[in-house]
Amino acid sequence: MSATSIEWQIATVKAIHNETNRVKTLTLQLPRWSLHQAGQHYDIRLTAEDGYQAQRSYSIASAPERSREIDLTVEKIDSGEVSPYLHDVLIPGDRIEVRGPIGGYFIWDGATNEPLLLIAGGSGIVPLMAMLRHRAARAIKPPARLLYSARSFEDIIYYDKLENLLKEKDGLKIYYTLTRTQPAAWKGYSRRIDRKMLNEVIQPLNRPFQVFICGPTLLVESAAEEMVGLGIPAKNIRTERFGPSNSIQGG
Amino acid sequence: MTEPFVSRGFTGKRPMNDQATRLPPGQYLTNDFPVLSAGPTPHVALEKWSFSMEGLVKDKVRWTWDEFLQLPSQTFQVDISCVTKWTKLDTRWEGVGVDTLMEHVQLDPKAHFVTAFSHEGYTTNLSLNDIINGQAFIAYKFDGKPLRPEHGGPARLVVPHLYFWKSAKWVAGLRFMENDQPGFWESAGYNNHGDPWKEERYW
Amino acid sequence: MQESSVDRNDELMLDGNAMAGLLQEIFGTEMTAVPSRCAGCGNEAEVGSLLAFMQGPGYILRCSACKQIVLRIVETPDSYVIDARGASYLRLKRR
Repeated sequence: MSATSIEWQIATVKAIHNETNRVKTLTLQLPRWSLHQAGQHYDIRLTAEDGYQAQRSYSIASAPERSREIDLTVEKIDSGEVSPYLHDVLIPGDRIEVRGPIGGYFIWDGATNEPLLLIAGGSGIVPLMAMLRHRAARAIKPPARLLYSARSFEDIIYYDKLENLLKEKDGLKIYYTLTRTQPAAWKGYSRRIDRKMLNEVIQPLNRPFQVFICGPTLLVESAAEEMVGLGIPAKNIRTERFGPSNSIQGG
Repeated sequence: MTEPFVSRGFTGKRPMNDQATRLPPGQYLTNDFPVLSAGPTPHVALEKWSFSMEGLVKDKVRWTWDEFLQLPSQTFQVDISCVTKWTKLDTRWEGVGVDTLMEHVQLDPKAHFVTAFSHEGYTTNLSLNDIINGQAFIAYKFDGKPLRPEHGGPARLVVPHLYFWKSAKWVAGLRFMENDQPGFWESAGYNNHGDPWKEERYW
Repeated sequence: MQESSVDRNDELMLDGNAMAGLLQEIFGTEMTAVPSRCAGCGNEAEVGSLLAFMQGPGYILRCSACKQIVLRIVETPDSYVIDARGASYLRLKRR
């Protein structure tokens, strides 16, 4: 990993896209774009007229293969400082201060061809989506499983895009678990992630495989513990905790 | 010098500030009660809880939770300011004034300073003059309800005239000392005294 | 919204990834992949996997095994005050 400069720069909002009724994707054009790795994030900093500042990190959703611009997917946290602005005030053409790409631990570059297990809770899907998009752009694709936990079907971010990835039939399988409500005739899981579920999901994967878990702290901790319990060495498990969905600070 | 970039239409979630004169310099008004911690919340069982006054006192004094609740309590309405720039006005607490607790100890004349220490290892230092004469209390209720663990419950020190890091959460006691001993944040860059009206934030 | 029974403080606990930008600002290089060793219990872990408490007056990274403080950082207007006593080592790759 080189010491890429992560100086603040002013990006321009090119487009804003609704993913769900609480989640939007911002496409930003960067004057000083640099190649990122799947799993990295950018920091966004907002400054008011009187100098008051708020800053948050958002994972890059887009693949490294797309140059000059990035997608950041943002969940609106009602009590937050930054996400309400990004959702309710920001429009295409606005400029916004960012720095990045940041991160070196929770990244996947596909350098080894080990199978991938991705576990997402809520907006934790974002960096994993970058990984899946990067995987889709590669010539050699390791087998991959995504287990995605969301509260309801409407809360699944990128559903259509994920289903499109499946159309490639390139060794990716996706499992959803909806923990609060399920649509009629729902065939996926409908409970919190547990060991039995994880065991079923990993069955066909050859070991050793790499695990990436991203989402709220409690989900991440519990999933990581279960993976260790299933015999996966801790060094093969990488985690990234996101703040809670309804938090007083953060967002 | 280049103008700092200003985000169009950004104000943050701050309420209308018509209380400007009540805010110490550099502070912003909040209606929230932000949770600020350096670690996981300790959960102190009431059966194991104690509060002690020790150090340069003639006899160390220690109260269990039940004993502490027997002490005369008061309600307090104070403004609180955190060094991270938020100020919350008119917060309501219930608890025991430090002056009340001081009636139970005989202080050594050399005791000029106090270290407030918590159940999980946190410490903060104060001068004796900052905690007597109605300036500090041990609170176990906030807004009429038992103080939640994430805000320092079962009981915390509250010293409203200083930055709120001095109001030790999960407080376990006060140790009276001859010399000032910088506490957890004071030894890592924060001001030894911490007066918000003088913006005594850092070293 | 109902009163949460989940401790808000524990929910707010993140990890070293959340501090990546600050650490890179301070150390001039990517830090989350840096191996470290807890001076308390000897647990070895990459900085990105340490528990992060970022809401306070300073930034704290704790060992995920024993919860002791590994790194403590305070940002003042003119400096970063770093207490690294909790780390037996940080191992930064040469470039």
